[in-house]
Amino acid sequence: MRTKQPFQFLVLIVALALTLAACGSSSTDTTAASGSSDTTAASGSTDTTAASGTTDTTVHQDMASQVEVFSWWTGGGEAAGLEAMIKVFAAEYPNIEFVNSAVAGGAGTNARAVLASRLQANDPPDSWQGHAGQELIGTYVAADQIEPLNFLYDQEGWLDVMPETLIPLISKDGNIYSVPVNIHRSNVLWANPKVLADAGVEMPTTLDEFFTALDTLKASGMEAPLAMGEQWTSMHLFESIMLASMGPDGWEGLWNGSVAWDSPEVTQGLEDFAKILGYTNSDASALAWQDAGQLVLDGTAAFNIMGDWQEGFFREVGSVPGTDYVWAATPGTEGNFQFLSDSFVLAKNAPNRDAAVAWLTVAGSNAGQDAFNPVKGSIPARNDADRSLYGEYLLSAMDDWASNRVVGSLTHGVVANDSWKSEIDTAIGLFLLDRDVASFQTALVAAQEASG
Amino acid sequence: MTVESPETKSVSGRRKLFRMEHWWGVLWVLPSILAVMVFVYGFIGWTARVAVSAWKGLLPDYTFVGADNFVGLASDPRFHIDVRNTAIFTVVFILGCLAIGLGLAILLDKGIRAEGFYRSLFLFPMAISFIVTGVVWRWLMNPAQGDRLSGLNLLFDKVGLDFLINKWYATPTWGIAAVALPAVWQMSGYTMALYLAGLRAVPESLREAARVDGASELQLYRRVIMPLLWPVTLSAVIILGHISLKIFDLIIALAGKQVALDVPATYMWTTTFDGFFFGRGAAIGMVLLVSVAVLVVPYLWFTLRQDRA
Repeated sequence: MRTKQPFQFLVLIVALALTLAACGSSSTDTTAASGSSDTTAASGSTDTTAASGTTDTTVHQDMASQVEVFSWWTGGGEAAGLEAMIKVFAAEYPNIEFVNSAVAGGAGTNARAVLASRLQANDPPDSWQGHAGQELIGTYVAADQIEPLNFLYDQEGWLDVMPETLIPLISKDGNIYSVPVNIHRSNVLWANPKVLADAGVEMPTTLDEFFTALDTLKASGMEAPLAMGEQWTSMHLFESIMLASMGPDGWEGLWNGSVAWDSPEVTQGLEDFAKILGYTNSDASALAWQDAGQLVLDGTAAFNIMGDWQEGFFREVGSVPGTDYVWAATPGTEGNFQFLSDSFVLAKNAPNRDAAVAWLTVAGSNAGQDAFNPVKGSIPARNDADRSLYGEYLLSAMDDWASNRVVGSLTHGVVANDSWKSEIDTAIGLFLLDRDVASFQTALVAAQEASG
Repeated sequence: MTVESPETKSVSGRRKLFRMEHWWGVLWVLPSILAVMVFVYGFIGWTARVAVSAWKGLLPDYTFVGADNFVGLASDPRFHIDVRNTAIFTVVFILGCLAIGLGLAILLDKGIRAEGFYRSLFLFPMAISFIVTGVVWRWLMNPAQGDRLSGLNLLFDKVGLDFLINKWYATPTWGIAAVALPAVWQMSGYTMALYLAGLRAVPESLREAARVDGASELQLYRRVIMPLLWPVTLSAVIILGHISLKIFDLIIALAGKQVALDVPATYMWTTTFDGFFFGRGAAIGMVLLVSVAVLVVPYLWFTLRQDRA
């Protein structure tokens, strides 16, 4: 037995080498095959399908191919919104086959892992979904995987219909890298009007008023007047409070390097955050964001700070805006719209570049955005949408979007890249345990050094 | 395998035949050997390489940075919490499983009626994945207080055991011990099966001899049976120990992503795939591999030596 081992080992090595060689060659085969597939589609001959229903849109018959779009929109309003937008796309480009490569999994965790491995294997989809801002730029621009889209913004006139303060947040070195299809607002304070009336509390507009209101509610016997959920929702609270405490210039300065993380303004912000945490529920770590919203509806808590998808949840459970819940900008952030957005990019070396550009044109068009957003429960990135399609809250958000200063969200990928965000997440997680502001600030400084 | 009679075959012919069979055997196991070489040892090697690299971001960066990633972990407060959590989890999990498993085994060994029924009943939780266990126990151990009581806390409230109401996994510092409870529930039946097999192997004559010598039941178990069960206990500790070092799915299903209940495997996942710190993630993976190896390798070595003897 022992004497035969060297020979067996040799056989194994040879076999292993053969296997690896086979793997290598097969992957080149597949890329060649996918590259050639777009030439096989027939040129436009029939215009029977979708062209009939459209009156105001141009129908492009000249392009014949397919476009593969990658996203994590597989359920609920997101998937329905995507379907609606695909319909608009099919009407305008009847000869481009839309390949919907959506990968299921909450918040795109699985999808992004799949996308990362496809990009590492040099097999990119034509276009994919990502949070607008540094989450896209830090990951995909840094890895040289997506193309700048300035030409499309110029060609379609999007710079005129999207807020001026939005553009720098989705650009790097003057290059715009994605097309935002929807806008959500992160700095929203949701409240239960009955609870506020019973305690004689007005909707607060500054941080000081907010603290007074929370104290009053606590004195009236409410254990935790501010509802919070699991760890990421505390990062969400963090970004709202930091914006309130530091103001929009201070907040933006943290991310563009003009404000140091060890400055006294940051210390003040962290202390405000620490103070706010004192009013939150002790079982936060066990609650999802919907559960935290439910506490407000039930009157167990008075307030919740959460993005405006919370309104979608409130409507879903049958609550009525104005009577069951009211909203305002997070106290101290009036006049600022802390946004996040799902957006689509153009892959570098996209197998079907023209078709991908066509898709992005639809994604940024009024027709595309008005198809998607009323279904998803968000507002369009454009200022010229059809207002009759949107509900009471969304209309108020649209007014603010058009008039407010736009600043970015941290939790949802606008201001920091993934590495930086995950280091801040760890720092917040540790802070929730020890509530030590000094070491929290040290950790945040270290987070910037590691990835900022 | 056929046995040739020595009279009909020459020695060299027999050797040839044996060699042919031998090569057939090698051929049959070759695919799995190859798969193991590539997908286990190959990837261990690759992970080790990534662990000493500066890879951060989407695309690989194999710049050699020595032990930097490991040094970083040693001073990383989150990793300290991971190690502490793993230690608490392991102690609660192993002691819980051993105590409950042994207790159930002894009771079953007493010749209870419908033993087969109870045996399956206690073993069944093992058939469930940790994800399902995590989701169910997340509801059972709902930490909400006051008028939002639910799950076990509500049960305690209804039957008047109010003093038992607690915050379960939301308890500061010791929350991870509560996370170990579902794991104990799931694996104590398996431990029972191990002990039961051990108990059945203890000859009746030994028990009788001890009783004749005037040993009480307690003395019988402490002085005679437990020492005989020592190898079973060792096996159980090894098997349970490596489960608890690698625990991931239960934590994710029960606690989600939160630093308070973080363990090395969840940190490895979040830092690698959320933060793109591939080098650090690989370093955590290597630490996990070594810690499991420290537990398992000596055990394998002893077992193999015993088998040969």
